[in-house]
Amino acid sequence: MAMSQTKSDVVELTGGLESAVSTRNISKNYGDVEALRDLSLEFPKGQLTSLLGPSGCGKTTLLKIIAGLLEPTSGEVEVNGQMVTGPGKDRAFVFQDFALLPWASVIRNVAFGLEMRGVAKSEREDIAKRYVDQVGLSGFENAYPHELSGGMRQRVGLARALSVDAEVLLMDEPFSAVDEQTRRKFQEDLLALVENENKTFIFVTHSIEEAVYVSDQIAILLPRPSRVHEIIRPSINRQNGADSIRRDPEYLDIVDAIWASLRSYVE
Amino acid sequence: MTLFGYRLPGMSSLLIWGLLWEIVGQADLTFFIPPLSEVIGTLFQVIQTAAFQKALYETAYAFIAGVLCATCIGIPVGILMGKSRLLDELLLPWVNVFLSAPLTALVPVLMVLFGFGMKSIIITTTLFGIWIIILNARAGVKQINRSLVEMAHSFGAKPWDAFTKIYFWAALPEILGGVRIGVIRAVKGVIIGQLLISIVGFGALFELYSANFLMGHFWAVLIVLFALAFTISEFLAYLERRVAYYAAKR
Amino acid sequence: MDRALVLKIVSALALFGAWEIAGRIPVSYSFPTFVESMAALWTMSVNGTLWAAYGETLQPLVVGVAISAFLGIGVGLWAGLSKVFDWLFSPIFIVMQAAPLAALIPLLVLAYGIGLTSKVLVVCIMAMPVIVLNTASAVRNTPENLKEMGKAYLASDPAILLKIVIPAASPVIFAGLRLGVSAGFIGAILAELKITPTGVGDIITFSRSIADYPSMYAAIFSIILLAVLFLNLLEKTESILFKGNQRGYVSD
Repeated sequence: MAMSQTKSDVVELTGGLESAVSTRNISKNYGDVEALRDLSLEFPKGQLTSLLGPSGCGKTTLLKIIAGLLEPTSGEVEVNGQMVTGPGKDRAFVFQDFALLPWASVIRNVAFGLEMRGVAKSEREDIAKRYVDQVGLSGFENAYPHELSGGMRQRVGLARALSVDAEVLLMDEPFSAVDEQTRRKFQEDLLALVENENKTFIFVTHSIEEAVYVSDQIAILLPRPSRVHEIIRPSINRQNGADSIRRDPEYLDIVDAIWASLRSYVE
Repeated sequence: MTLFGYRLPGMSSLLIWGLLWEIVGQADLTFFIPPLSEVIGTLFQVIQTAAFQKALYETAYAFIAGVLCATCIGIPVGILMGKSRLLDELLLPWVNVFLSAPLTALVPVLMVLFGFGMKSIIITTTLFGIWIIILNARAGVKQINRSLVEMAHSFGAKPWDAFTKIYFWAALPEILGGVRIGVIRAVKGVIIGQLLISIVGFGALFELYSANFLMGHFWAVLIVLFALAFTISEFLAYLERRVAYYAAKR
Repeated sequence: MDRALVLKIVSALALFGAWEIAGRIPVSYSFPTFVESMAALWTMSVNGTLWAAYGETLQPLVVGVAISAFLGIGVGLWAGLSKVFDWLFSPIFIVMQAAPLAALIPLLVLAYGIGLTSKVLVVCIMAMPVIVLNTASAVRNTPENLKEMGKAYLASDPAILLKIVIPAASPVIFAGLRLGVSAGFIGAILAELKITPTGVGDIITFSRSIADYPSMYAAIFSIILLAVLFLNLLEKTESILFKGNQRGYVSD
């Protein structure tokens, strides 16, 4: 079903919540290839929205358009009332392959965003140190990326994104390049993060379980043509501890339902 | 790069430089740069002279002999170094030293030990080319995926079979890369050898032409030499590309 | 002492030992022993001829290498960043790289005489191509994801160049510098052996002409030693400037 929205639709769809990010009628063409066609989506403030879908559905493309790393062929993106024309201080990005500077230490990597914003060295290293501690990497400030495991490297990436104190955190399949156990831990940590930080999270994933586990809202995207297929708002009780979520009946039902509807789209 | 939407081939700017050469030459700006057209004309003349063909023969002889020695000695040594840690630790420092050392400095030693003839030139050529061949052969062997080795083992491959059917091919892209660079170095080696040791081959021609201020001839022969070196290098690059399809995925 | 160092020393001793033995056989009347050559080296150092000679040899070498490094890296950066510049100028350096430029030396001497200029030019034409090509290639192959990350974190274009592209390219640039420097060395020695009797090249040719083989071998040994020391210095510099380069390039 088409998802062109008016303001009232939006308010209804997001359960009465304010939108931090609005994408309206986004199209993106690469030559003849239509990566996104007339896609509109709202992202509620202070919540985590997942973009879920099989490969080729344009979810990473949409994320990068919101980040300002790609320009849409048509359509517009609004973040907290401002139109997006490029990367900005209000958005921070976490990369799938970590994108750490291999020649720089952990602390320098975490402080990189602040460095680019002109923050003085001692100040930015202090701020960076706080976030290094927060993601659990205390003691590794002077280590280099090649000395760290995959999970630790992604924590550096996360610390970097947090340290610039942006209102919107964009995460591009951040846990797909780490092992299963680390991934589970990260998902738990992410829940805590969403609780404690007053930020809007946009999270791209291809894992149904992951999306249902962490999200307040899931936007299911399908390819060819790329469109929003469905928006789901899981109302899972997350207060009883992270471990109980995966046994919650609502969790299991939603996962099954999504898989049932996506099955036919898997190549 | 593209111009008006057409992709320009890689080295096509050489046409512009060629044009510049022609203009500079015609303007007679310096005695040392005759017009390109004159050089090309001379080129066709020179190729047919007996002196040129003799020089070509002598140079080719030394070059081919040198390259053969460099590859026949270099590749096995490199392979052995890649396989044996002891040998590697003993020889690698020296290979690195001679790779970056100014080999030209060794030429007087060769002259003194082996005389002023073809032998010294061939040895010079070999020396110039061998070190990079050794290093690349070694690198090729070292990066062979352990899984391939274990696989060969588990299927009971005999050492000779394992070598010819697996290791050789797995290391081949690097070996070819090394040979290509080694060949270019060997070309420099043969020319330097000829300039320093005994004035034969192209070295003799260069001396002759520059001494007699025959700039057109000088550049013509230089272009021929360069064209030869480039052709050989491109041929080896072609071979490299033929095996490159699996190179990245080993 | 760790194993690698021990084996290095052992292999050095083996080589020098073989040299000594070969000299005693003797392999050839013109092949002195290791000890004789070292004695000659000592003599020349003590009486100052060696230092004076290097003073002369090193001038064009240092100047030429410095020019080649600055110009070469600059041109390489430009070629790596600008497609037009790359298309226009890279072929020249590719040709220079493959051609036996040594043949041009007599020509350069004809044009510029036997002074410092022609020697510096010789060093430059030998050293620059590989520096330019390596730098250009490294810049062109900067990992895309790092540049994207820079953009995402609001790095300006100059910041991306200085803080991402150049550090990412530095290992390959340094490799190019090492190759360029050793090519420059070859050029400097060649110029001295062939054209003008100065510096260390002169010691070599002169000693040879009066059959003072220990001195000749001593001079050659010293050149090779110097080249090796200098290149090791270059490696050390790289590891100090770019500490993370040891086993870098593991962002994925």
